[in-house]
Amino acid sequence: MERFIIAILVENQPGILTRVASMFNRRGFNIDSLTVSETETHEYSRITISLTGDDGICRQIIKQLKKLYNVKEVKVMDKPKSVYRELALIKLQNKPETRQEILSAVDIFRSKIVDFSPSTLCVEITGETSKIEAFIALVEPLGILEMCRTGVVAIERGCHYLNSDTSL
Amino acid sequence: MILSGAEIVVETLIEQGCKTVFGYPGGQVINLYDALYTRSDRIEHILTAHEQGASHAADGYARASGEVGVVIATSGPGATNLVTGIATAYLDSIPLIAITGNVPNSLIGRDSFQEVDITGVTLPITKHNFLVKSIDKLADTIREAFVIAKSGRPGPVLIDIPKDVQIATYPYQACPVVEKKMPRKAKGDKLTKAVQMIAESKKPYIYFGGGAVSADVSEEITQLADKIDAPVGCTMMGLSAVPVNHPRYLGMEGMHGHYASSVSQDEADLIIAIGARFSDRATGNVSKYARKARIIHIDADGAELNKNVAVELGIECDVKDALQRLLALVDKKELPEWNARIQELKAEEQAQFERVTAKDRITPYALIQETAKLADADTPVVTDVGQHQMWVAQYYPFRNSRTFISSGGLGTMGFGLGAAIGAAKATGKRTVLFTGDGSFGMNLNELATVSSENIPVVIIIMNNHVLGMVRQWQTLFFQKHYSNTDLHGRKTDFMKLADAFGIKGYRIQELSELTSTLGKAFAENAPVLVECMIDQDEFVLPMLPPGGCIEDIITERSDK
Repeated sequence: MERFIIAILVENQPGILTRVASMFNRRGFNIDSLTVSETETHEYSRITISLTGDDGICRQIIKQLKKLYNVKEVKVMDKPKSVYRELALIKLQNKPETRQEILSAVDIFRSKIVDFSPSTLCVEITGETSKIEAFIALVEPLGILEMCRTGVVAIERGCHYLNSDTSL
Repeated sequence: MILSGAEIVVETLIEQGCKTVFGYPGGQVINLYDALYTRSDRIEHILTAHEQGASHAADGYARASGEVGVVIATSGPGATNLVTGIATAYLDSIPLIAITGNVPNSLIGRDSFQEVDITGVTLPITKHNFLVKSIDKLADTIREAFVIAKSGRPGPVLIDIPKDVQIATYPYQACPVVEKKMPRKAKGDKLTKAVQMIAESKKPYIYFGGGAVSADVSEEITQLADKIDAPVGCTMMGLSAVPVNHPRYLGMEGMHGHYASSVSQDEADLIIAIGARFSDRATGNVSKYARKARIIHIDADGAELNKNVAVELGIECDVKDALQRLLALVDKKELPEWNARIQELKAEEQAQFERVTAKDRITPYALIQETAKLADADTPVVTDVGQHQMWVAQYYPFRNSRTFISSGGLGTMGFGLGAAIGAAKATGKRTVLFTGDGSFGMNLNELATVSSENIPVVIIIMNNHVLGMVRQWQTLFFQKHYSNTDLHGRKTDFMKLADAFGIKGYRIQELSELTSTLGKAFAENAPVLVECMIDQDEFVLPMLPPGGCIEDIITERSDK
């Protein structure tokens, strides 16, 4: 089993996210994370899906996605040739005995404190999934009160574009 | 020309070549029906008894003609009654357009009277669907729906039109009939590889499915078979694409397939699959399916390649073009040993058939053969779902493509009568419907439609007073626990039923009456119902048990 990141360019129309998600559900494919947002043009939205599976499942997903009428482009991101980022907001207990430990972790991971109250503090961390998971593992014993993650977004390096109409 | 939305719908349907629509009126399509009323000179509307019947009729129309079938229903229950029909068309890749009315835009989302989110409901069973929120996109959306329905691997498209869009006005300009988009042409290197695999093969087997019917490649298949000296088998959805009397034809393979067809597929060293999708009913246990064979899979839908069965060579392409090019490229082969083996299997199959088929009473086989003698080569033969469907699939001597009309993928009991109405309207020919007492009971209300429209359908009910297919499984796998499959308590008098709907009814109880009674039924140029009594323990054989493989094939009953 391997982790795949799939980038999908879809027409910016109501219901398209449901169509994509419904295809995964109907065919029994699991989604680890999903993000969707506007792109450089109003015409298209970009969906980034992260999933775990084998090559065959990934190929089948790509083909099924390409059959959806409002899907313009589908690409499996090539790991070494792409940049991946995820953002997490993590709310921790703000206790004098653990505060210093948290602050050093924040410093080492180059994350930042975005909220600080007498009893809680909130860390914002950005990076590849592995970095975020390492940070979570580190602070977990210190008492995570609440957490949310964006899921992965990804973009290819250099002159490669998801939209085949795009050029320099 | 300034027209209302309802008028634009009707004009666009006419413009796209639609001559007949099936449907049922209601509050949110009343404007659409008004527009149909004024254009009844150009477009015929068939009123069914139930929207489900209309959806199967539009489907049967599409299957028999190859054209897009169109069905209209109102919002809410009208729309949800189409769901089974749309799913049936989706699973068998049939080009269908379903047009539904909906509550006005201003009432959407308020749980208004007869409001349902039908685009949401039909999301997983349509190729695509549209909610047309403004009139400026209406005509183009309908045209786009035609393109989607008939392009590539065909399928159903639903267009939901709120009532205010039907009432609003907008300029309309007629456009030409939209062209279907063809799948890409096969790459040369793929065909070269196919030629090489065929050259290396000593036991090739050609295997086609419903994709061969929609791609219209009957000729190409038989020519390829002749050239490479290979037998030809098919899935249930492929039936009728190759004439049953063709010397290379072995018939349907799979769960209730012909013995020689299933066994030779298992023994083959190369399977050339054309427009087939390796469904579980066709393959049985996939891990034990065709273990000795390399597979070439030629299909319009790339997503079918390696979906159910891993193949050595998958070619996503325009199937007709690929087969024509392949035909020109392959070398002629002669495989006397393989063909001798095929003949041996056919002889074994014939011997099994002789052993299990009674001659002294009415059998499904005798009924089907006698019916076929009265039918023409181009008579559409429609079925419902169950034992009778398998018997027709096994025994009917199909001659012309698109004459077998049956719900394969979804297996929809109740499909038959509606589909027969559609097939008869599409072809203008007398149509034969084989059904069972179980299936027929599901949608027999459409007798009202065949009667009122005087549609010449010969309805042949194989009445065994049981849900025979489930009973067969209960006999074989559930220790004869006949749970809820006995219909003797129903006391339905099919002769009185026919009479009640104003059509003639005939009953066949003895073998001696078979030929003469069928003759009388076929002499009518009107709808007619024939009830034929069948033994409740008649089995569909052979049978590959679900999830089984070729070694598990049941050719004779052992429980008697």
